[in-house]
Amino acid sequence: MRMKPIAGPKPKRGDTIKSLKRISGYLFKYYKIHFVTVVICIIVSAFANVRGTLFLQTLIDSYIVPFIGQTNPDMSGLMRALMSLAAIYMIGVATTYIYNRIMINVANGTLKHIRDDMFTHLQSLPIRYFDQHTHGELMSRFTNDTDTLRQLLSQTIPQILNSAITIISVAISMIVLSWQLTIITVLMVMIMIVTSRKVGAQSSRFFNKQQNDLGRLNGYIEEMMDGQKVVKVFCHEDVSKQEFDALNTQLCASATSANSFANFMGPISANLGHLTYSVTAIAGTIFAINGIGSLSIGKIASFLQLTRSFNMPISQITQQFNSIVMALAGAKRIFDLLDQEPETDEGYVTLVNAEIDAEGNITESQKRTGQWAWKHPHSDGSITYTKLTGDVRFFDVDFGYTDEKIVLHDVSLFAKPGQKLAFVGATGAGKTTITNLINRFYDIQDGKIRYDDININKIKKDDLRRSLGMVLQDTHLFTGTIKDNIRYGKLDATDEEIYEAARIANADTFIKHLPHGYDTYLTSDGAGLSQGQRQLLSIARAAVANPPVLILDEATSSIDTRTESLIQTAMDQLMHGRTVFVIAHRLSTVKNSDAIMVLEQGRIIERGNHQELIEQKGRYYQLYTGAFELE
Amino acid sequence: MMYKKLMAYIKEYKLASLLAPIFVSLEVVMEVLIPMMMAQIIDVGLANNNIPYVYKIGIIMIGMALISLLFGALSGRYAAVASAGVAKNLRQAIYYKIQDFSFANIDKFSTSSLVTRLTTDVTNVQNAYQVIIRMMVRAPIMLIFALFMAFQLNAQLSVIFLFVIPFLGVALYFIMTRAHPNFVKMFKKYDLVNLVVQENLTSIRTVKAYVREDYENKKFKEATGELQQYSINAEKILAFNSPIMQLSMYFTIIMISWFGAQFIIGGSMETGQLMSLFTYVTQILSSLMMISMSFVMVTMAKSSAERIIEVLDEESDLTNASDPLTQVKDGSIEFRNVDFSYSKDPNNLALSQINIKIKSGQTVGILGGTGSAKTSLVQMIPRLYDVTNGQILVGGQDVRNIDIETLRDNVAMVLQKNILFSGTIKENLRWGDANATDEDIIHACQLAQADEFIQSFPEKYDTLLDQGGTNVSGGQKQRLCIARALLKKPKILILDDSTSAVDTKTDALIRKAFKEEIPNTTKIIIAQRVSSVEDADMIIVLDDGKINGIGTHEELLKTNAIYQEVYESQTKGDDQE
Repeated sequence: MRMKPIAGPKPKRGDTIKSLKRISGYLFKYYKIHFVTVVICIIVSAFANVRGTLFLQTLIDSYIVPFIGQTNPDMSGLMRALMSLAAIYMIGVATTYIYNRIMINVANGTLKHIRDDMFTHLQSLPIRYFDQHTHGELMSRFTNDTDTLRQLLSQTIPQILNSAITIISVAISMIVLSWQLTIITVLMVMIMIVTSRKVGAQSSRFFNKQQNDLGRLNGYIEEMMDGQKVVKVFCHEDVSKQEFDALNTQLCASATSANSFANFMGPISANLGHLTYSVTAIAGTIFAINGIGSLSIGKIASFLQLTRSFNMPISQITQQFNSIVMALAGAKRIFDLLDQEPETDEGYVTLVNAEIDAEGNITESQKRTGQWAWKHPHSDGSITYTKLTGDVRFFDVDFGYTDEKIVLHDVSLFAKPGQKLAFVGATGAGKTTITNLINRFYDIQDGKIRYDDININKIKKDDLRRSLGMVLQDTHLFTGTIKDNIRYGKLDATDEEIYEAARIANADTFIKHLPHGYDTYLTSDGAGLSQGQRQLLSIARAAVANPPVLILDEATSSIDTRTESLIQTAMDQLMHGRTVFVIAHRLSTVKNSDAIMVLEQGRIIERGNHQELIEQKGRYYQLYTGAFELE
Repeated sequence: MMYKKLMAYIKEYKLASLLAPIFVSLEVVMEVLIPMMMAQIIDVGLANNNIPYVYKIGIIMIGMALISLLFGALSGRYAAVASAGVAKNLRQAIYYKIQDFSFANIDKFSTSSLVTRLTTDVTNVQNAYQVIIRMMVRAPIMLIFALFMAFQLNAQLSVIFLFVIPFLGVALYFIMTRAHPNFVKMFKKYDLVNLVVQENLTSIRTVKAYVREDYENKKFKEATGELQQYSINAEKILAFNSPIMQLSMYFTIIMISWFGAQFIIGGSMETGQLMSLFTYVTQILSSLMMISMSFVMVTMAKSSAERIIEVLDEESDLTNASDPLTQVKDGSIEFRNVDFSYSKDPNNLALSQINIKIKSGQTVGILGGTGSAKTSLVQMIPRLYDVTNGQILVGGQDVRNIDIETLRDNVAMVLQKNILFSGTIKENLRWGDANATDEDIIHACQLAQADEFIQSFPEKYDTLLDQGGTNVSGGQKQRLCIARALLKKPKILILDDSTSAVDTKTDALIRKAFKEEIPNTTKIIIAQRVSSVEDADMIIVLDDGKINGIGTHEELLKTNAIYQEVYESQTKGDDQE
């Protein structure tokens, strides 16, 4: 018999509890003792505080009222009581400091662990995940969501613990004094909570509206700032001002409403507290006259003082409520990220540096020999080595980014070792996709890809990728010096190797013209460098990696043809005898390749070298003579 | 000084900015008076069994609480109106300022930094402003008024405040001044952590392709480690806040209890008054705390305010002549001894000694390698940048004497970094001419060879383009941008590498259309392909910011080494066939 799931599709409360559990999981994993100490200190400090509040009653009832009118009152009792109160207070102050201090370590440490886990996990996720989520979305896990969590850990949790203890002890004292009056106070507090929640709901409604308007305005600002130069060229400033004003006014309206309601919260809880006081005073007096609960004046006075101590923590908790909800929602998004399936890697064949003797025997080497081999462990414990030659073959490969939409059909191709292989075709024809399959950014739906006659699924992903140098279509640079950016290709590269790589990429000349040469510090993705210069750097990065196989994906699209041909000559020398894949829509880039494949709508429609394809008078010929447009 | 500048943007929100603190003050008065009432209930009403008095004061208190609620709400409302309004004005001022920026100004601030200033920084200032007109009024008034009431209640007992307030004040001052620089450092580390994530996300393919996950993890952990360290450094100073506050409060309570009890016993004070005094202790000390917190919040917004002022203070370095010409005679262009430097530094010239004469209606090609300053050369014609030395004449007049709008309407430029905006194709094209008829638009698109593909879209000219025009191909985008520029009916048309993604055949058709349909328009074409410029009337070869050769295709092929090389690199292979 199969059990029907009881819970509906939105186990919201369950999620909340799960998130709470996982947060406490972090707290307990790394900071068990710390956290327990914190809790104990909070309890002690809260008790000290409550003790002080309750002392007032003792003060009046035991040390003041009995002595009123006496000319020579004995104040030693009060002295003793105050001394002991002082001692309790000192403990309170000490524990307050201790828990605040420890909590700083706990909160910051926990946040570091969560951040690190998130980032490390992010690194292990497949490219597909990054396709499906915008950068803004992922960034906000690290910023907004982590920030609300910080709030929760360092402020909300201690405050709630503190408030809860105060509320409970005060409530007990109140009940002991007069349960009748307690009922009235509790009723008033209920009203206060309900009102605050109502206003809070309004506030968050307008808050959402404000966020929406802000988002729209930001979107507009981003688009216009991006296109600011076009605005200028077309003298479009006045129109853009008008459009901006409309959005800006709208945001101002919703921000005013949202902030108004948020500002109401404080006065509401403070004054409802005052109301409670008055109502309790009146009710207490009525009770006293009618002899209900045998209330004395002293009792009413003490009780009134207690209502004040009761209201404060409650209004604090109500105001914290929203931040708890927000923090838990943020925590859930963080844990969702952490729960994503990482890239699977069932490969076991690894890449090693190799020495190959005259007979073709391969031995593993720790040094960089310029030759590589695949290390292939077998189930019987033996190990065989296969020379890396760069022989890449596709057998009837089908692939789609989603199962519904297949973008590559039946692709079969072979790259003979040492060949330069080019892909030509329109945007969306599948050129980049093919290279993304070789390095297993994506896995194929059907067919087989073999690399030196090994199924690429058997090769460990890291080793597979290490064997393929890639210069990608979009060049991204990191904050750091030019040298650092080139060194990204080979972390232990010497300065000499870097200069050499830059020379190969023809980047040497422009780098030397920069104010600090190779030590010029790049910020915000190499702002200040032209697209062409960035491409040169990214080629240098690949050159210093000196990989067995190289993939150039539109690597020279923004470089002028003269420089391009210089780079080509140098790269051809570097990659002599190794396999190179080139993707370009500029035909001059691919002309000297050993084999050119023309792709159209995910199929290879022509294959051959430049001369053969020209003679075929097919699509390539049309492209070459300008009769057909790419893109 | 800085705040004075920002004050100028309060404008129509002066009244709200004034009412908010007034109502806050009234609210505070109520809040401070209420404990007094509470004392009355106990001392006069309950102590003397004066029941009607308890009712009376009770009801007065309810009334006061309601009035206080009203004042609180009004002050909250006006504070919100004022702060959101000031934010609106500031945003508008910045945005308008940017609209008046020259290209050089825009280059100085990056796009992303301008966006931050318009968004995050303005929000920070908005919040700070609200703190200023509410909290920073509320706290001192509460401090003074509650202190006044305390002295009214019992001046002798209240002397204790004269010791405690300076002690707490000094302690808080020390905590805040010590903590603040640490927080500044912490925020820097925080930005660094975000930067690492941001870069990692944009470059995730590079990271994975080079198998640099571990390296990135190490980099990130270092950044978070530093952030953790700096946060702890900053916060551990703040950890003294609550204990010190408690210490002061507890000390005051004990002292007041001790002396207060003796006063009551001696008959010079009532119990209710003692309790009110305890309330004032809390009010006085917590307003001190509030003052110190407000200062922190306002100083945090200081750097945001500075960044905003930086934009507002930036002067556009392009100004209209005092008596500008509002007409451009024809499309002739002349460069006279032009030098140009982006940094206006004569020792770091991007272009030097440029002399060119272009007749109206000519087609001019410009060729040169990456970084040879082709773009810089043409950008000076519509005064996107001003020359550093020398002079540029359009229609026989120095461009600096022509009204900027007139000049740019007559000199249409298709930028290398093409941007289309979200909206329909038609809306985008109307940027060129807001009053263009549908026929005008179609005609321009025909010239730019864009009509055909636009007609193939189901929505034709009403097709919606995404932000940045990402839903059309590169070649289509370029042709739309050309059509947009053509709609201006300019006397000079500049294409900055604007057909790089267009195939050679279409490229040729565009040039042919230009020749036939707009023969009187001067056309300047920057290109990578020799084929794009070979039939131009004049080709300029630029190298390293200098003119390397000027001539027709045939002349340059004979005389110019660079031109020969470029030509060869693009046609190599043909000769062998």
